[in-house]
This record gives sequence, structure tokens and C-alpha cells, in this order.
Amino acid sequence: MTERPREERSTAATHHRELGLTDAEYDGIVEKLGREPNALELAVFSLMWSEHCAYKHSKKLLRSLPTEGTHLLMGPGENAGAVDVGDGLAVAFKVESHNHPSAVEPFQGAATGVGGILRDVFAVGARPIAVLDSLRFGELSSARSRFLLDGAVAGIGHYGNSIGVPTVGGEVYFEGPYEHNCLVNAMCLGLAPHDRLIRSAAAGLGNLVVLLGARTGRDGIGGASVLASAELDEGDSSKRPTVQIGDPFEEKRVMECCLELLDREVLISLQDLGAAGLSSSASEMASKGEVGLDLDVSLVPRREEGMEPFEVMISESQERMLCVIAPERMVELEEICDRWEVRATAIGAVTDSRHLRVLDGGEVVGDMPVDALVDECPLYDLAPAAPAEQFYPAPPRLLESEDPRDVLLALLDSANLSSRRPLFEQYDPLVGSRTVRRPQEADAAVLHLRDDGGSGAIAVSIDGNGRRVACDPYWGAVEAVLECAANLACVGAEPLGLTNCLNFGNPEKPHVAWQLTVAVRGLGDACRALGVPVVGGNVSLYNESGGGPIYPTPVVGMVGKLPDAALAAPAGFAREGDVIGFCGEFLAHLEGSELAKLQGEPLPTELPARDLEKTRAAHEAVRDAVRAGELSSAHDVAEGGLLVAIAESCLAGGIGATVDPWPDSNQLFWLFSECPGGGFVVSGPREAIDRLAERTALNVFGTVGGRTLRSADASVFEVSLEELGAATGSLAAAFP
Amino acid sequence: MRFGVVRFPGSCDEVDALQACRRFADAELLWHGDPELRGADAVVVPGGFSYGDYLRVGAIARFSPVMEAVAKFAAAGGTVLGICNGFQVLCEAGLLPGALLPNSGRRFLARQVDLEVVNADTRFTHEAGVGDRLSIPVKHGAGRYYAPEEMLDELDAHGQIILRYAPGHNPNGSLRDIAGVSNREGNVFGLMPHPEHAVDPLTGSRDGGLIFASLAREPAAA
Repeated sequence: MTERPREERSTAATHHRELGLTDAEYDGIVEKLGREPNALELAVFSLMWSEHCAYKHSKKLLRSLPTEGTHLLMGPGENAGAVDVGDGLAVAFKVESHNHPSAVEPFQGAATGVGGILRDVFAVGARPIAVLDSLRFGELSSARSRFLLDGAVAGIGHYGNSIGVPTVGGEVYFEGPYEHNCLVNAMCLGLAPHDRLIRSAAAGLGNLVVLLGARTGRDGIGGASVLASAELDEGDSSKRPTVQIGDPFEEKRVMECCLELLDREVLISLQDLGAAGLSSSASEMASKGEVGLDLDVSLVPRREEGMEPFEVMISESQERMLCVIAPERMVELEEICDRWEVRATAIGAVTDSRHLRVLDGGEVVGDMPVDALVDECPLYDLAPAAPAEQFYPAPPRLLESEDPRDVLLALLDSANLSSRRPLFEQYDPLVGSRTVRRPQEADAAVLHLRDDGGSGAIAVSIDGNGRRVACDPYWGAVEAVLECAANLACVGAEPLGLTNCLNFGNPEKPHVAWQLTVAVRGLGDACRALGVPVVGGNVSLYNESGGGPIYPTPVVGMVGKLPDAALAAPAGFAREGDVIGFCGEFLAHLEGSELAKLQGEPLPTELPARDLEKTRAAHEAVRDAVRAGELSSAHDVAEGGLLVAIAESCLAGGIGATVDPWPDSNQLFWLFSECPGGGFVVSGPREAIDRLAERTALNVFGTVGGRTLRSADASVFEVSLEELGAATGSLAAAFP
Repeated sequence: MRFGVVRFPGSCDEVDALQACRRFADAELLWHGDPELRGADAVVVPGGFSYGDYLRVGAIARFSPVMEAVAKFAAAGGTVLGICNGFQVLCEAGLLPGALLPNSGRRFLARQVDLEVVNADTRFTHEAGVGDRLSIPVKHGAGRYYAPEEMLDELDAHGQIILRYAPGHNPNGSLRDIAGVSNREGNVFGLMPHPEHAVDPLTGSRDGGLIFASLAREPAAA
């Protein structure tokens, strides 16, 4: 989409441009109000009509995603989506980005990203039981990337560890295009009985609007428009004041307090305060309830003196929630809040005006139709155009050798494949006592539910390989979904729902618009093929800088359930003498692979088409074998290909393997090809492997045992477990 | 036999501890603002970040009303178990010797580690044997046990060092690999590893159960 020429306007009439509104959008606001907005109204509109809040470049696309499913309890539009996991229990979950704040101040940016997603989940009445994260940085050779990595990991740990929610999984990739725009996406899952789930619609004339939690300060003012809806550029450290500061202790009390309020059925509705603060929360609640709200900003507890009403309305101070209650329940609410030492202040009331009216004491300082704020932001059609050639440059060539042993060790040593242990060890994976499979023990994290009366367990995985989406936005996005589903299959879980975070560049540029359009189509097709609904998510656009856009990065988080947590297969080989099977719907290719990256190969412009039905059948075959307890291990063949997957299973299990001969004419193709979400390395007794072969394509590819990973003809390669372990340790150096 | 598990604002592992205790005996939560222990036979001060731990780990919690009751209970010989942040709180409160400093690696660290039982002649470890190896996770940012040399010698001499990290498993730079110590009287015990996260093979190991079993099978007054 091209920028419209700017008409001449007086300086007084161009303030909206600094707030990120176009002249046409400003004129639309004037039309809806029937007058010029005052400064407060303009500030509120500029945030509500920002990309971050209004999804104005993505909403039309998002409507094409499937949002129906047999297990779905709450779909997109609420603070988090929720699926039924049986026994009257629901799992609510969502992934959200905090990319730009993290690029400016990684520790607080990542910490408050976790804080925000936790609030989204307990806002629907679910107790958070797990956090996962998805991180992208520039290459580790860059000092700035190491700084961002260190800060973001510490920030995630600080918030999650302190609030007592385990971090059970996650992923990180290092690629040049993220150098100036790191990605920090956080996902949270919560558990609730069905009847405790609560929506955010305000209701009941005269009911009170109560602000819970932290006092309001000037932090984060304009974050949604300044940081989240524009490209970053030089001198962004000056935007540090727009990054919020997290206080996990405050949030811990607010969380426990809200959950108790919900248990005792004190609340009518609940909403977290995130981007755009009170403005967004209040207007969303009013919009969903088809009511109006009057808010008196003079009643809002302040952290600092002299704040203007507009600042109170748009502050993004953390650890705050907004609820609606009947006036007669106020005493009970105050009792519970006192007990948890949580501030509670009635700041307004529900009206039938369908307007958000802002008062400062007796004076009306803003009056805006709720529909105009929430629903009537102009939505833009993208103007997608595929670039004539691959948009991203070839990576530098780092690997010359074609010897399989050298290639294996180089791959394990590369930042994208090395052990994530130095990150995971900074997170508490255990608190809550539900974690059955910890990070790197299995392809998906597994949490049991039985303390709440359920017999089963859930599994969760998060994935998204931006480089492959850069190669082919359609098949790359499909692969992200397949990869998650394959991870779930490895622990015997059936997918129930999916959340996504679409991290892309500036959608007003045709090639980015094309990436976004095609990737969303791929996501939708993959979800439909697997029968998995999208329960909600988040869009983060304008991830660009002087260095150009990031790799288009749809991050997918998928939740599934399994009947018996004890049977969730580990990723590691477990028994001497087990047969290794290589199975699934694996279309071997090296284009876009990690090996191709190390060899400096240019990115292709397309990836092989996949057969989604056969892939789904392969997942089901592996899932059933795992559920039957027949396999000793199951691990999907992901980055690095078959031999890397086998090496990972050796390392995770602390036991070696011998692999069978392969057609030696093209050994790198055979050993290091990739096909995300398609293939599995499984191990087990011969009979079990044979039974699995009846349901999906399977090659017996070796035997578990010994202290080395070797080819049947050991002269080709033999690597000790110690050497493999040392090769995967490169990330430790990033955390001295 | 009934355990009382203290809940401070900012406690994280109190429900985990409660559930672990209930595998072996009755247990209930004790609210930090209540200055009484409701007849508990043994008190558990659990892990977490009491009061946010922004000042210094455990430094605020020691002043809470429930801790006054815990101190009196301990002075009268009552059984008190401090886990992780609870250990830090008990050190701050002067109920246990020494202090817990930031990890030598300066980072929060979560890891399954092996411990060795040094003293099995205590009300916390009598179900184990000297030299037994226990697999129990640690997860903390400030777990480096520190005390002056002469105090360490005394602890050694009086059998107050109850658990050590096994060789190669010291995760935080604790002096003499100390993972858990008791007071001289042997009725107050603190450790950095989390036995409440080691009571079920499904979620890791069951080795931590030995500590709860030891307490459950011997009356606190013994």
C-alpha cells in the first residue's frame, strides 16, 4: 500500500501523525465523533486504532483461519482461548509477542512479556500452569545478539520463576535478519474447571468497574503505537521509557487474588490491562458487553504526581486488572483484596450509553463511542506482490568439509542445533508439580492434570522456523504446524488447539504483505488438514530496521492431550538392542536446511509440496504406538536431519547407536535432509517397529547400544557420546 | 501427625510442599499473617520468593507474624523444615547458622542433582542411611551456603551438616558442598534442594520422600 500524499495542514492539526494516525484515519475519527477530538480522545484513538490493538492490516486475513473444533470452549476474541481436556477441565492458552520492548530493553521487555501473557490467562479464570517461549536473535557471533539473548533469558526466568509458574519448553533460533529485531514470544497455559472460565464482557447497568493491582505511572505510555506499530530505528534507546517495568511479586498477589475472587464468584467479568492500558481494557469490556462505561481518572491510584488524565488512560503500567462487579459484592471483594494486599479501587460504572466517558472528578474530559474505538478502525487490504527473486541474501559459507563426521559435529555445534540446556537451566521447570517431561527430555512438554480430578495429561509444543518461511511462506508455515503436531505425536498426544503469533515486517510493503498473506493461508490449510482450530493469538508487524525485515516468522503453539502421562515417550534412546526406525512421511531435501545454511547456499524460493493427509496419518501411527507403550523413544526429525536426530536421541538417553549403511552415492542428502514435521526416529523392540511399519512408511535404520554413534562400517564415522556432548555445548559460552 | 506449611505472599512451592506432606501425613497451609501454628506437629517453610525477595532473600519474611510463632515453636524444640527460600528465611531469622549467597555462577539454576546423606541420625533423615545418594532437584538464584571456617568446623563436629552435594554436583559454590544444615539442637533443618519435588517417579524421583517419611514416622516431640 502506498502512502497517500500528505495534504497541507496546520501544525495543530497534524499532531495525529506523530501518534501514528494517517490523515484519513484522523478524518474518520472526526466524522465518528462529529467534532474534532480533544487531546485525550486523540491519544486514546491513536492507540485503539494502532496496528497492535486494531489489527488493521491483518484482521481480514485472520478471519480465514479455522476457529471451530470439537474441543473448543473459547475461541479468538477473549483474553485467551480455551479447549476441553476432559473431566470437566479446560486448558486456556495463548502466545503473544513482546518483540520491540525486548529489542530496546531485553530484560524488562521479556519479563513483562511473560507478565502480560500470564495475565491474559488468569483473566479468563485459569490458573497458569506453564510458560513456553519462542526467541529469535541475530547470529551468536554478534555481541548485540548475545546481550539480547542474555537479557531476555534472564528476564523470562526472573518473572516466571518468581511468580511460581514453570517454564516447560521453548525454542530459540539465531539468524542474521533478526539482528536488529529480536523476537520474544511467550506462551502461557492455564487450567480451570469449565465453570470457572470467565469472559470479559461488561454487564449490568450501575455495576462497578474496579481497578485491581499496581498503581498507575507514566511507564509504557504509548507503547502500543510507538514501539509495537512502527519500525525500530537508530537511537531507539531513547524509547526506553516506553518499556514497562515488571514486578512479579505484585502480579503473584494479583493473580492469587483474582483466582480467589473467581472461585467465590464475586466477579461478573475480568480483563487484564495490557497494551494501551485502561483505554483498551475498558473499551473492550464495554464493546463485548454492548454497554457503555464511565471512568473517573481522578480515582485511579497514581505512582507519580501530576499525571494528566490522558496519561492515566494510556499508561501501560504492569500488574493491573479491571473487573466488573455488582455494588453489593464490593465489601467481599475488598476483604479478599485486603488479604492478598492487592489495591482495589472502584473507578467507574457500567452505563447504557455505549460510550466510553472519561471523567476527571466532575469534569468530562473525553467521550467516545465504544464501537468507534473497538470496531470501526479502518481495515486495510494488503497489496501483496511476490518478489521476483529471493528477497533474503545467502548466509555466509561456514562449512567446507563433506565428511559425514565433520558435518555432524559442525551441525551439533551450530547455534540453531546446540543444546538448549544453558537456557532451560535458568528457568524453574517444576513448580506446580505437574511436569512429567522436562525441557529436552521429550519432544513436547508433558504436564499431568490428575490433582484436579482428571486422569490424563496435556502436552504442549511451540515452533516456527522463520528461515523456511522465508524460503516459501506457504509450505514454511504449513511446516510450523506439522512440526508442532509431530512433537505432540512423539509423546502420544492428540492436538486440540493452536495459538499463533505472526511476526512479520512492515505489511505496507508488497513483499511483506505477500509473505503474510501466503503464510496465513498455509497456516489455515494445515490446521484444517489436521483438524486443529486456532483458539487465538497475536500479530506483531513492523519488525524491520535499517537492515530490512526479519524472516517472516509465524510461531505456532499447540496443545494436545494424552491419556497416560507415564507413557509419554522420551526423546532419548533407552535400551541396548532396541531397533531404530526412521518413519513417517519424509520428503528428503536439503534446500532450506541447516546444512544448506552452513554451506552458504542461497535460500530457495520454494519448498517441496507436502501430502497433509499422509502426514497426519503418520502422526497418528506414531501417536498410537506411543500410547500403547510400544516404543522406547520417539523423536521427530527436525533441523539437521536424520543423523542429527539420532545423535540427539543418543545424547538424551546417554546411550550410543549403530546406523545401517545408506546409498553412499549421496550420503549428505541421505543423512542431513530435512522435512519438518514429517519424519520420526523411533526405537523399540523389533516387533513394535514392525507393527508401526504396517501403518506408515518405515525404514529400519540401526540399533541402539554402545558408547558411540557409529556407522555399521565404523571407518565411515564413529563419534563418542562425550564428543557429541561437547559438540552441542556451544550455547554455554553465551552465558559466561 | 500434622504438617503446617507456611504461605507467605510470594511463596511459590507451598502447594507442592503441602501435597508432598499429604503423601505421608495430614497437612494444612498456615497464613503468614496469623501468629499461630494451629497445632501443627512440624512446620515447613517452603520455597518461593517471599515478599518478592527484592531486598535480600528471606530478609522480609522473618518479620512476619507467623515467623514469630515459628521461632517460639523452634525454641521449644518443635520441628521446622526450611526448603530453598524457607532455608534462606530460617537463616535470616537466626534459627539456622550461616547464610545463603548468590550462586557462584551468578544465575538462577534449575538442575536435578545428587546429594549424599551425611547424618542419618536426625528426625529429618532417619529413614535414610549415611552415604545414601538422593536425586533431588535444585532451583534457586542464591543457594551458595556460607559460614566462617570455624563455624563450618563446628557444624561438622556436631553433625549439623546433614546433606552434601555429591562430588561434581555442587551447583552453586556452597562451602564444603553443604546442601542442608540443622541447628545444634537438631530440630530445625534447612536445605536448598527441593524434596517436595522428588516424591513421585512420574515427575522426577521419589528420593525426597525420605525426608517427609522420616518426619511422619517420628513424632515431633521425640
